[in-house]
Amino acid sequence: MIFTASFFAAAIVAGTPLLFATLGEILTEKSGNLNLGVEGMMMMGAVMGFMVGLKTNSPILALLAAAIAGALGALIYAFLTVTLRANQVVAGLTLTIFGTGFASFVGQGLVGEITTPKIRQFFAPVEVPLLSQIPGIGQVLFKQDPFVYLGYFLAVFLGIYMYRTSKGLNLTAVGENPAAADVASISVSLYKYVHILLGGALCGLGGAYLSLVYVPAWQENITAGRGWIAVALVIFATWNPYKALFGAYLFGGLDIIGFRIQGSDLIVNQYLINMLPYLVTILVLVTISFRKSKENSPPAGLGVPYFREER
Amino acid sequence: MRIIKKPEVGTKDIIRIRTISILCALVTSGLFILILNNNPFEVFAGMVDGAFGTPHRIRSTLIKAIPLVITSLGISIAFRMKFWNIGGEGQILMGAYAATLFYRQFPDLGRPVMLMAMFVAAMIGGGLWALIPAFFRAKWRTNETIVTLMMNYVALIWITYLQYSAWKDPAAMGFPKIEPYGLNAQLPRLLGIHIGWVIALGLIVIMYFFMNHSKKGYEIAVLGESENTALYAGINVPKTIMTAVFLSGALCGLTGFVQATGVSGSLSVNLTMGVGFTAIITSWLSNLRVPVILIVSILFAALVQGASYIQVAFGIPAAASTILQSLILFFVLGSEFFLRYQFSFKK
Repeated sequence: MIFTASFFAAAIVAGTPLLFATLGEILTEKSGNLNLGVEGMMMMGAVMGFMVGLKTNSPILALLAAAIAGALGALIYAFLTVTLRANQVVAGLTLTIFGTGFASFVGQGLVGEITTPKIRQFFAPVEVPLLSQIPGIGQVLFKQDPFVYLGYFLAVFLGIYMYRTSKGLNLTAVGENPAAADVASISVSLYKYVHILLGGALCGLGGAYLSLVYVPAWQENITAGRGWIAVALVIFATWNPYKALFGAYLFGGLDIIGFRIQGSDLIVNQYLINMLPYLVTILVLVTISFRKSKENSPPAGLGVPYFREER
Repeated sequence: MRIIKKPEVGTKDIIRIRTISILCALVTSGLFILILNNNPFEVFAGMVDGAFGTPHRIRSTLIKAIPLVITSLGISIAFRMKFWNIGGEGQILMGAYAATLFYRQFPDLGRPVMLMAMFVAAMIGGGLWALIPAFFRAKWRTNETIVTLMMNYVALIWITYLQYSAWKDPAAMGFPKIEPYGLNAQLPRLLGIHIGWVIALGLIVIMYFFMNHSKKGYEIAVLGESENTALYAGINVPKTIMTAVFLSGALCGLTGFVQATGVSGSLSVNLTMGVGFTAIITSWLSNLRVPVILIVSILFAALVQGASYIQVAFGIPAAASTILQSLILFFVLGSEFFLRYQFSFKK
């Protein structure tokens, strides 16, 4: 048996870094900016969170450092693309290269270090009273570490924010039609900056989950392409935070299925299993592009710099 | 004060603004080095010395520049069309794989025939690998950025499988590596460097004419500017996308051939050295202009070579070169604003 409760619980854990990054990128893309620097911002968050955690022994400071690192990466991107109207694709790619270099630079002395006992204890799984007793799903959903609960909360919170608040609707307007939003006296640049930075902070937290909780030690190339899978998950989730929850855990499951199959009697090529998340990402993207529909399409202003004088 | 569009930009302006932005990147990284308690001038001098200080170091720099030139040429074809091919790494590996596959099928061919055949095989391997995302993009507008990137991982895992399992050399005493090529599949040397440099220079000439003076090159440029214009001009858009991306991948595949037969002497997972990503930076910095790619690639190779030197001399991690490379691109990207816009203080 592979698909046991422990498998689903582990899939949620493996999907949590993806969830944070996907939610971050949804916020960014909703403002009309395609930031391909997710992988880089995750790297920056992973290394800064880990280092600060190691130095200060404080989980809160570690998380804060990770969020700030991700946001600072996003700030470089935002300044280039919003203020200076640089090409978004190239700016994002450069941010990924920068973040990867930054992490391996800072992380050089950290290779092989593991997180402190205090931090490990802080992020140990906690059973939610009552809810964890629900048969079947209780042990899967509600016997997790605090970071996972934060993920649930964030997805719901962002869903309400985007669909139920005026600020969230303004955000949609900025991403869909910045010129119209501008006429309606919504500050386009401000909205873009705020959401790109928040998005970066979430990506940083996603990276920190890997280095602080998931691994929990420092290793080179710790994100291993998860940032890119998150970019694809945004399309998979059709820019919807609730669907992101589902997509991230699904891909978390794909990520760990290899270990599970190894322990079972099934004989499947290990390397083929390792390819699965990437192959499925390609498959998902192709299928989605194949069945184009109105609600599946990206914000209309995605990738196009807004310049009031050209309106 | 308002921002207005500049009417015309001269080459002088471009060079001036680029130079300023590279200087800014150097100053920023200099400050960074200062924070690390090193003298930036000594470190930069060390980098130059490490890259060009002795004939041996110059050769090492040039050997690093060769794959960068070829891959940048390949990447720039796709970028010219605004097809974001970031799958260079995978295409390099699959090129080397196709060449090695041929070698293993016909191991006894003479050297010239063998190398020629591997050359062609590598181009086909890299080209076909790139053709997959190109097909999806041409047919259903599937986002090529993510697909090309995902295919890097697929290629990497495939080569890992070959190296650690299917093609593992039994003579290597358990060490995971693929059997090295015989002498008939090794690039000859000319002036102390494998002849990959001749291939790179030849490609620069060919690509210069292809991009600037051929019908296909022109169609690619038009399509990059505007798909509507391309349609209006009667350009077959899907066909142009697929041809251009095949060529882009074929050149990356060629890098795989050159690295495998000229440097590592066998197929290996470490073949690419990140060139597929560095080439993104170099081709953008070159403004996708073919002759400039040569200069930028040599400078970037010097940066990598110099960084491995300062790692030994100053204990600064070699990743410093990646940071410096991306800083340069950040500043250049930002500076493009000043090429396109200017401030006007008139009301």
